[in-house]
Amino acid sequence: MIQYVLLISRQGKVRLTKWYSPYSQKERTKIIRELSGVILTRGPKLCNFVEWKGYKVVYKRYASLYFCMCIDQDDNELEVLEIIHHFVEILDRYFGSVCELDLIFNFHKAYYILDELLIAGELQESSKKTIARLIAAQDSLVETAKEEAGSLSNIIAQATK
Amino acid sequence: MALSGMRGLSVFISDVRNCQNKEVERVRVDKELGNIRTRFKNEKGLTPYEKKKYVWKMLYIYMLGYDVDFGHMEAVSLISAPKYPEKQVGYIVTSCLLNENHDFLRLVINAVRNDIIGRNETFQCLGLTMIAISYSETFRLESMPTSSFTEKKVGNIGGREFSESLAPDVQKLLISSSCRPLVRKKAALCLLRLYRKNPDVVNVDGWSDRMTQLLDERDMGVLTAVMSLLVALVSNNYDAYWSCLPKCVKILERLARNQDIPQEYTYYGIPSPWLQVKTMRALQYFPTIEDPNTRRSLFEVLQRILMGTDVVKNVNKNNASHAVLFEALALVMHLDAEKEMMSQCVALLGKFIAVREPNIRYLGLENMTRMLMVTDVHDIIKRHQAQIITSLKDPDISIRRRALDLLYGMCDVTNAKDIVEELLQYLSTADFAMREELALKAAILAEKFAPDLSWYVDVILQLIDKAGDFVSDDIWFRVVQFVTNNEDLQPYAAVKAREYLDKPALHETMVKVSAYILGEYSHLLTRRPGCSPKEIFSIVHEKLPTVSSTTVPILLSTYAKILMHTQPPDQELQDHIWAIFNKYESCIDVEIQQRASALIKKAEDTEVDTAEQSAIKSRAALQQSSNALVVTDQPPSNGSLPVGQLSLVKMPSISSNADANSADQGLTEANGALSRVDPQPPTPSPDLLGDLLGPLAIEAPPNAALPSEQSSISGLEYDPNSVDALALAPLDDLTNSVQPIGNIAERFHALCLKDSGVLYEDPYIQIGVKAEWRMHHGRLVLFLGNKSTSPLLSVQALILPPSHLKIELSLVPDTIPPRAQVQIPLEVVNLRPSRDVSVLDFSYKFGSTMVNAKLRLPAVLSKFLQPISVSSEEFFPQWRSLSGPPLKLQEVIRGVKPLSLLEMSNLFNSYRLMVSPGLDPNPNNLVASTTFYSESTQAMLCLIRVETDPSDRTQLRMTVASGDPTLTLELKEFIKEQLVNIPMAVPALSSIPQQPQSTFPVGLTDPGAMLSGLL
Repeated sequence: MIQYVLLISRQGKVRLTKWYSPYSQKERTKIIRELSGVILTRGPKLCNFVEWKGYKVVYKRYASLYFCMCIDQDDNELEVLEIIHHFVEILDRYFGSVCELDLIFNFHKAYYILDELLIAGELQESSKKTIARLIAAQDSLVETAKEEAGSLSNIIAQATK
Repeated sequence: MALSGMRGLSVFISDVRNCQNKEVERVRVDKELGNIRTRFKNEKGLTPYEKKKYVWKMLYIYMLGYDVDFGHMEAVSLISAPKYPEKQVGYIVTSCLLNENHDFLRLVINAVRNDIIGRNETFQCLGLTMIAISYSETFRLESMPTSSFTEKKVGNIGGREFSESLAPDVQKLLISSSCRPLVRKKAALCLLRLYRKNPDVVNVDGWSDRMTQLLDERDMGVLTAVMSLLVALVSNNYDAYWSCLPKCVKILERLARNQDIPQEYTYYGIPSPWLQVKTMRALQYFPTIEDPNTRRSLFEVLQRILMGTDVVKNVNKNNASHAVLFEALALVMHLDAEKEMMSQCVALLGKFIAVREPNIRYLGLENMTRMLMVTDVHDIIKRHQAQIITSLKDPDISIRRRALDLLYGMCDVTNAKDIVEELLQYLSTADFAMREELALKAAILAEKFAPDLSWYVDVILQLIDKAGDFVSDDIWFRVVQFVTNNEDLQPYAAVKAREYLDKPALHETMVKVSAYILGEYSHLLTRRPGCSPKEIFSIVHEKLPTVSSTTVPILLSTYAKILMHTQPPDQELQDHIWAIFNKYESCIDVEIQQRASALIKKAEDTEVDTAEQSAIKSRAALQQSSNALVVTDQPPSNGSLPVGQLSLVKMPSISSNADANSADQGLTEANGALSRVDPQPPTPSPDLLGDLLGPLAIEAPPNAALPSEQSSISGLEYDPNSVDALALAPLDDLTNSVQPIGNIAERFHALCLKDSGVLYEDPYIQIGVKAEWRMHHGRLVLFLGNKSTSPLLSVQALILPPSHLKIELSLVPDTIPPRAQVQIPLEVVNLRPSRDVSVLDFSYKFGSTMVNAKLRLPAVLSKFLQPISVSSEEFFPQWRSLSGPPLKLQEVIRGVKPLSLLEMSNLFNSYRLMVSPGLDPNPNNLVASTTFYSESTQAMLCLIRVETDPSDRTQLRMTVASGDPTLTLELKEFIKEQLVNIPMAVPALSSIPQQPQSTFPVGLTDPGAMLSGLL
C-alpha cells in the first residue's frame, strides 16, 4: 500500500502531498523535511529506492521535480515506480508537456488527477484515457456551473445562504 | 504562463514565487492569511467563487509549510454545498488539510453519507474518495473520554457505527449492476479502506461469493480495484476465499496471453502490469494450490513470464515487465516449484545482481535474500559471493544495504571467514547509518560460525577497535562470556587485550573489555615482558583519567582482581591501589563511591576466600541463565547507553534499553531466579564484587551439552534446573547423527499459536502435541509415533519445567513398537506469571544410534490467557487506576518487525490478546485486553496499549498494566519477544552443526543463535 505521495522540487519546495495513512501535522512536517534531505542529496545514477524507517520510498526525478511514493517493505518497487511514470504521463497529457509551473499554478488540478489515479493508497485506474475522460467531465461540470453563476441561480444561492 | 483559472489565486502564487527570501515570503503569506481571516469573518458577503478561491489559497499556504489554523470550517462547509464546483473543492481541500481537527469533519458526516447514498454519481465519487482517503483519521469511534469534544458531539453518529452503517451502502454500490465503473472502482477501494480499519465490515454471509463474482468483472479499472481489495482480504484470511483462486489464475492467463485486453489497458505494450502484479500477490497468500489443473496452468504462465522477459531499451517497458517478473519469481518461490524452475530463478537473479542498471541489481539482491529461504539453492547462491561483495562497495547505500543483508543470510561455516573479514574491512568506510547494524551482524556471524575461538576474539576486538561507538554492550559482554567459559582461550585473550592497551586513543569500550579480561586473566601472562601485575596495573590505570564514570567501577574492580591474583602479595602495589579506592570512596558519583567502598571492605576482610569465590561463581552461573535469555529478547539498543550503572553490571541487557523501572524489575527477577533455583543459597549479603562478576564471569552455560539442533533451541530459555538434568546425560551420546525434519523453532512457534500439531520429527519418530487449556490448567497429550519398521528403544522423556509450572508427566514406555503410536498425557498447572518455557528432554535409541532432542513445550504464557472484550467504560477506569510502575510498565521498543496496524492486531489476537479497535482515539494506537490465569494471581485482567509511530514502523511504545507486578513485567517482555524483529531463519542451519561440532568446545555453538535475537 502506498502510505503517502510527495512532490518535492529540487529546492526542497513541496508541490503536492497526499497522505493515505494517518499522520499528525507534526509527523508530516518531519517526514517531508527528513525525506527531502535523503532524496535530494542522492546522486543521479543510483537506484530509485530508498529504505527508510521500516518503509521503502520509491522516487523518480522529472526535470526539477521529485515524485516520491512511500510503500510497505514488501511491496513491488518497480510497479510503484511505473505508477509514478503513469501519473506523470497523465499530467503531461492534461497540461500538454507539463512543467513545474503548471503544477504550481494548477496544483488543484494535480490533486484532482491524483484522486482519480490513487485512492486508499492503491491504484484505482490504469487507463490514461479513462482518467483523461473523467477529468474532462469534471472540468465541464465546473464550467457549466460557472456559466450558471452569472444567472438567476447565483442570486438565489446567495440569498438562501 | 499557465494560470489557475482564478485570477486572485494566480496572483498570490506569483507573489509568493517572486519573494526573494523566506522572510519576505512569510510577510506575504501572513498578509494573505490576515486577508482571508477577515473575509471569512464576514462570511455573508462571500460568493461561492470567493470562498473557493480562499480555500485554495489556504491549501497552497499549507503546502508551503505554514500553519493554517483557521478557516477549516469554511472548507468543510463547502462539502455540503449543493453545487459540484464548491463541493469538489470542499472535499479535496478537507481531505488534504485536516487531519487532527476531526471535530469539524463530524459536522459533515451526514452530508458525506447523503452524497454516497444519493443518486448523483459525481457526488457519490467525491464522497467515496473522501472516505477512502481520510476515513481513518476522520470517522472513528469517539469514545475515549480524553477529548473535551465528547460533550459537544455533533450529530449522533459515532465513528464506529458510521463505518458499520456505511459499509453495506458501499458494498451495494460495488456490486450494483446499475452503477457505472467510475463509482464501483471507488466503492471497492473505499471498502478496502473501511476493511483495514475494521475487518468486521466484510464479515457478512456470502461476501466471498460476491468477491468471486466480482473477479468476472469486464471493466479493467474495476477489476484492478477489486483485486486490491482481494489482496487485503486474503492476506488476513485466505480460507474464506478459496473459490477466488482459480479465477485469479484465469485473469493472469488472460493478461499474460494478452487476450481480450483493451488497448488503453496496456502499458508500453504490456497488458496491465499492475493487475498482473496484484493478481500474483493475491495468489501468494494461499498456502498452496491443490487442484492440479489450476496449478499446471499457473506454472505455464509463470514459465512464460520467467522465460519471456527480455531486457529492452525503453526504461518504462523494462521496469513494467520486470515488475511482473519479480512478482512471478516471488510466486514461484512461494509455490515451492520443482527444482528445475527454482534453479532457473536463481540463474535469473544471478544475472540481475551483475547488471549495471541499479534498480534491477537492487531487486536481484533483495530477491536473492528472500530466496535463501529455499534450502537447496543455498549452494548455487554461494557461487555469486564475489559479485555480492562487490555490491557491498556500491556507491548506492540502498544497494549496499541489500548486499549486507544477503551476505549475512548466506553466511555459514564455509564462508564465514571471508564474509566477516569483508564486513570488518567495510566497517571503516561504511556510512554511519549502517555501522551499528554492520557491527552487530559481523559479531553474530563471527560467533555463530567461528572456525576457531581465537579468530572470534580477534574479530570482536577488531570490531570494538574500529567501531566502538556502534558496538552495543551486548557484544562485549558476549566476548567476555566466551573467554570466561573457555580456559584455552584465556591467555590468548589476555595477550590481545594487553596489545590493544598499547594503542593510542583507545575506544572506551575497548578499555572496558581489556580491563575486564586483564583483571581476570593477566596473571596467566606474568612471565611475559610487560605483563607483571604492576605493569598491567599501570597501563590500565593510565586509562582512568580518560574514561567516563560508567567505566571507572570496572577499572576499580580490575585493580582489586589484579591485587587478588598477585602472588606473592605486593605490598607497594596494594598500598597504591588502596589509596585509589580511598580516593574514590568519596567520589561524587554514587556508583563509583559504592564500588570503591565495597572493594575496600572486601579487601579488609582479608583475601577473598575460596568458599566465597565458588559462591560467586555458582551465583554467576545462575545469573547467566537469566542473562542469556534476556539477550535474546533484546532488539539492538540503538546506541542508547544504560542509565544506572548498577543495573548495567547486573543485568546488562535489560538495562540497555529499558527505563529505570524495568531495570529494577530486572533486578528482582534475577534475584528471584536465584532463590528459586539454587540448592545452596547464594551469599545473602549484597556482594558487589560478585555482582560485577555476575553476568560476566560465567561457568560453562547450562546449554553447554546440547545436541546438534542448535537451530531449534536458539533463544531457548534454559531453566537453571536443567543443568542437573543435562549433566546426567553422558556427553558421548549427544552427538546426533539423526537430523530433524523441518525447523524445530518454527514448529514450536506455530504451536504457540495453535493447540495441535507436530512438535518434532526426524526419520524415525514424529512427536505430535494436542493441548487443551482452561484457566490456569492445561492438559497436553504427546503423541510419539514410531515411523520406522524397527522398535525405538530406551525411550526417555524428561520434563524440565520452569519453576512457575507444575507439570506431571505420565509414565513413558521404554520401547515404542514399529509403526506404533504412544500417547503420553501431561498435566500442567500454572503457578505464577512467567514467560519461561519448559523443555522436554527426549531421547531414544534407534539401532545403535542415540538420538536426543531438547524440545520447548508450547506451554507458554499466552496459553494461560483468555481474550476478553472490554468496553471503553470499563477500560479507562481500570487503566487509570493502575498507575505507574510496577503495576503499569512502559517501554519504547526499537527494532520491531515492521507491521501494519492490521497485521499487528492479528498478531495480538493470535496470542489471545484481544484488540479493541477504535477504543483509543489515536488511530495509530492499539489497545488490547486479556485475562491471565495462574494459581497465585487467579484471574487477572491485563490491559495493553501500543502506540505506533506511523513514520517509523521499527519502533513503538508499549504500556502494559495488570494488578500484579510480576505479571505486568512478564507479559510486557513476552509481547516484546513477539514484536521484535526475528532474523530470517538461516536454512543452512540443519547442515552446519556437523562440522563445528567436533572443533567447537562444548557450549560455543548455541550462543550465536542467541545473539542473533538482537537483530
